Amino acid sequence: MKNIKFLIFGILFGIILSKTEVVSWYRIYEMFKFQSFHMYGVIGSAVTIGIILMQLFKRGIVKDYLGNQINIKEKKSGFIRTLIGGTIFGLGWALAGACPGPMFVLIGHGAVSILIVLLGAIIGAFFYGLLSKKLPN
Amino acid sequence: MEIILQPWPWYVGGPLIALILFLMFYFGKAFGVSTNLETFCTIGGAGKFSDYFKTDWKARKWSLIFVVGIIIGGFISSHYLMNSQVIDLNPETVSDLANIGFANAGETYLPQEIFATESIFTLKGFAILIGAGILIGFGARYSGGCTSGHSITGISSLQLPSLLATIGFFIGGIIMAWFIIPLLFERVIIY
Repeated sequence: MKNIKFLIFGILFGIILSKTEVVSWYRIYEMFKFQSFHMYGVIGSAVTIGIILMQLFKRGIVKDYLGNQINIKEKKSGFIRTLIGGTIFGLGWALAGACPGPMFVLIGHGAVSILIVLLGAIIGAFFYGLLSKKLPN
Repeated sequence: MEIILQPWPWYVGGPLIALILFLMFYFGKAFGVSTNLETFCTIGGAGKFSDYFKTDWKARKWSLIFVVGIIIGGFISSHYLMNSQVIDLNPETVSDLANIGFANAGETYLPQEIFATESIFTLKGFAILIGAGILIGFGARYSGGCTSGHSITGISSLQLPSLLATIGFFIGGIIMAWFIIPLLFERVIIY
C-alpha cells in the first residue's frame, strides 16, 4: 500500500505528458527539425526548475519525507557509452516519436501498434544485457 | 475545466514535470522510466541468459507501479481530458511531411503512416515499429537512461554523462528526422 503514491504520481505524469502533447510523434519530429519551440520549452523549463531542486537536495535544504538527506545517484560515466548509446536511442526516439515514458502513455491512449514498439524496446534492453560486458564504455 | 481540456502550453507542462521529479525524490526514489525495460526482462526470465538480469526486481516494484500509473494517466487523458487530438504544428512541418508522403499531419497525435494498426501486419510496417523499439531499448540501457533519467534528472544534477547522452539523443534524432525518415517514406515518383 505504501507504493500507492507512485501510482498516483504515474497517473499525473501520464496526464501531463499527454496534455502537453509530448507523446505526439509530430512534436518529436518538429523538435528534431527545429521547427517549433514547444519541446525545448517543456524540457528546458523542467530542467531549469530541476537544477534548483537538485541544489536544494544536495545542500540538504530540502530533505526527504523522513527527514533524510536526498542523494542523487551518479550516472555511469564513459564517453563511448553515453555518446554512442545516446545516438542509438535518438535514432529510435525520432522514428517512433516516443521515448519510454510516452510509450506507456500511448498504450493508455489505446494505440495498439505501440505495443510492438514496446516489445522492441524490451528486446533491445535484452540485447544490451547480453552484450553489456563486451561493449566499450 | 475548459483550460484543462485545451492542450497545455510548455510553461505549464515543463514545471509540472519538475513537480513529478520533486515528488519522486522527496519520497526517496528516482525519476526514470527506462530501467523498467530491464525489469521486464528480469521478470521474463532473462537471468537464464545473462547475469546482468539477475537483479531483485521486487526492490523496483515502485517503478513498475509508476509505469502502470502512466498507462492509466494516458487512458484518463485520452478519454476524459481532451477535446480534440489536433496538434497545432508549424505549417513548415506539415508541408515537409506532405512532401515525404505523410497526409493530414497534426490532425491526430500519431501519423497513420506509421501507427495504423494494419501496419503491424505488413513487413515494412512491423520492421519500422519493432526496429524503432530495439534502438530505443538498446540505446537507453547502453547510455544509462532515457529522456527522464538523463535529459531531465541527469542534466538537472549537472552530470556530464547525461549531457553527453543528450547530445547523442540529438545526433541520432537529427539523422533520423532529416535523412532516414525521408528515405523510409518518400514515395517513388515515376514521370
